[in-house]
Order: sequence, then C-alpha cells, then structure tokens
Amino acid sequence: MWQWFHRLGAPKSFFEISGRLLPWLCALTAILLAVGVVWALGFVPQDYQQGHSVRIMYIHVPSAILAQSSYMMMAAAGAVYLIWRIKLADIALSCAAPIGVTLTLLALVTGSIWGKPTWGTWWVWDARLTSTLVLFFLFIGVMALRSAMEGRESAGRATAMLALVGVVNLPIIKYSVDWWFTLHQPSSLSLTEKPSMPAEMWMPLLVMVLGFYAFFFSVWMIRIRIEILNREYRTDWVQKVIAQ
Amino acid sequence: MIFDDFSAFLSMGGQGLYVWSAYGFAFVVFAVNVGRPMRLRRHVEALIRQRLAREAEQ
Repeated sequence: MWQWFHRLGAPKSFFEISGRLLPWLCALTAILLAVGVVWALGFVPQDYQQGHSVRIMYIHVPSAILAQSSYMMMAAAGAVYLIWRIKLADIALSCAAPIGVTLTLLALVTGSIWGKPTWGTWWVWDARLTSTLVLFFLFIGVMALRSAMEGRESAGRATAMLALVGVVNLPIIKYSVDWWFTLHQPSSLSLTEKPSMPAEMWMPLLVMVLGFYAFFFSVWMIRIRIEILNREYRTDWVQKVIAQ
Repeated sequence: MIFDDFSAFLSMGGQGLYVWSAYGFAFVVFAVNVGRPMRLRRHVEALIRQRLAREAEQ
C-alpha cells in the first residue's frame, strides 16, 4: 500500500495511470451530467411551495457540496505536501484552486438566482451565504499567493499553509444553519440520515452530485497532467510526450 | 416529461427566466473549466518547445 502510494506520487507514473483512467472518467461524467440535467429539468415534479424554481437546486446543491469538498481536498493536498514534501501534492493543490473557485461562484450565483423568487431577495448577509463568500475569497487568496510568490518551494509551503488555515471556515459553513438563525434551510442530503424528500426528487440530485464529483476529478486530473509536463520538461519521457 | 408542451417547458410556470439563467450560468462555468485546460495544454507545450530550443542553443 505504502509503495503504491509512493509510486502514484511520482509524476511519471501519475501521468501514465491518469492517462489510462481519464477517458473512462470523462465518459462517466458526461453520462451522469446528461442524465441528471434531463431528469432535473424535465421530469422532477414541481415543488408545492417553490414551483419550478426548485430545479435550480439540482445545480446549486451539487456545486455547493463540491465547493466545500474541493477546498477540503485542496487543503489535504497541502497537508501532504507540508508533511511528506511530495511534489505531486503541491501540483494537486495549485490545480484544485482554479476549479474550486468557479464551483463556489456557481453555488453563489445559482443560490442568488433561486433566492429572488423564493426569498424575495438576491442576497442576504446571513451566516451561510457569508461563509460561502469567504470560501470564494479563500480560493482566490490561494491562487493570488501562489502567483505572487517567487520560488516554487516557498510559494508551495505558503499556499499549503493558507489552505490549511482556511479549513476553519468549512465547519462554519456546515453548521451555520444550526448555530445562527438564518434564511437558508438545513442540508438537503446527508450521508447519515434518510432523505427528507421523496425519492423522485433526491435521486436526480444524487446523480447530479456524483456527476459534479466526476467532473471535478476529470478536470483536476487534466490540469495536474499539464502542470506535470510543465515542471518535468527536462526529462526524456516528457519530451517524448511533447514530440507525439 | 412533466410539461405538456415545449412552451410550458420554456416558461417553467413563469419562473423560466430564473431556471434558465441558472442552468445557462452553470453551462458557462463548465465550458470555462473544460476550455481553459485545453488552451493551457497548447500553451505549455509551446513553452516547453521554446525552452528546449533555447537550452539546445546554449
């Protein structure tokens, strides 16, 4: 297991393994998202309170889940880099941020679009919305710090540290709906509890969440592969890849 | 299909503007996430060729 972990940590073997995995992952992403979108737009019954705007949930909830989840993975990569100095972890961290920031923006924008017909306002400074906005700026902070600092080593360490400190924000987002009085409703999906909505509504939501995960992993992998080429360009195997 | 016809599908019970703009924005976000790495790959490959050519001269 440990050996396997180390082998995957080597840029060259990651490049080879991910190259074989990627077509399948992209196909899975396309299938999940296509099924999920058609299901959510055309077949989910309208909500008795929200009407058809409930369909926005099928993008909003997955993007909000992925926003937090991608931050967690980015911070985990930062921890791995700080402890074991694995180069690939540093690459993974810097490649997760630009994807995570767009998914957080998507969660904020779709939430806002849904809020207008449902709450009657585009935005409120409530705990969950504000902490998600903070998450958005954390991603931007990580990207800005990375590009502002000279020297790959020190930039890697500083961004890893910032990413780790920002993890504090994640439980705040998660529990904000319980800790403070907010407009935002509690979680719609949970790993530990039975869903509070009927199957015809949560099943497409699950498909969309899985689709978003598959999408994130696909794009993350593609970006990591490009950055590996960029950093290892002096090696023979990269030059062979480029020559093809 | 939940909807009787295509115009009902478009209007979404009067909430079409909200629903479609949300899905439209999601589409843009996905397209950006797919498009940027594609451009980045070409850019990085060109960069590597440049660097290698320069190093070969020296």
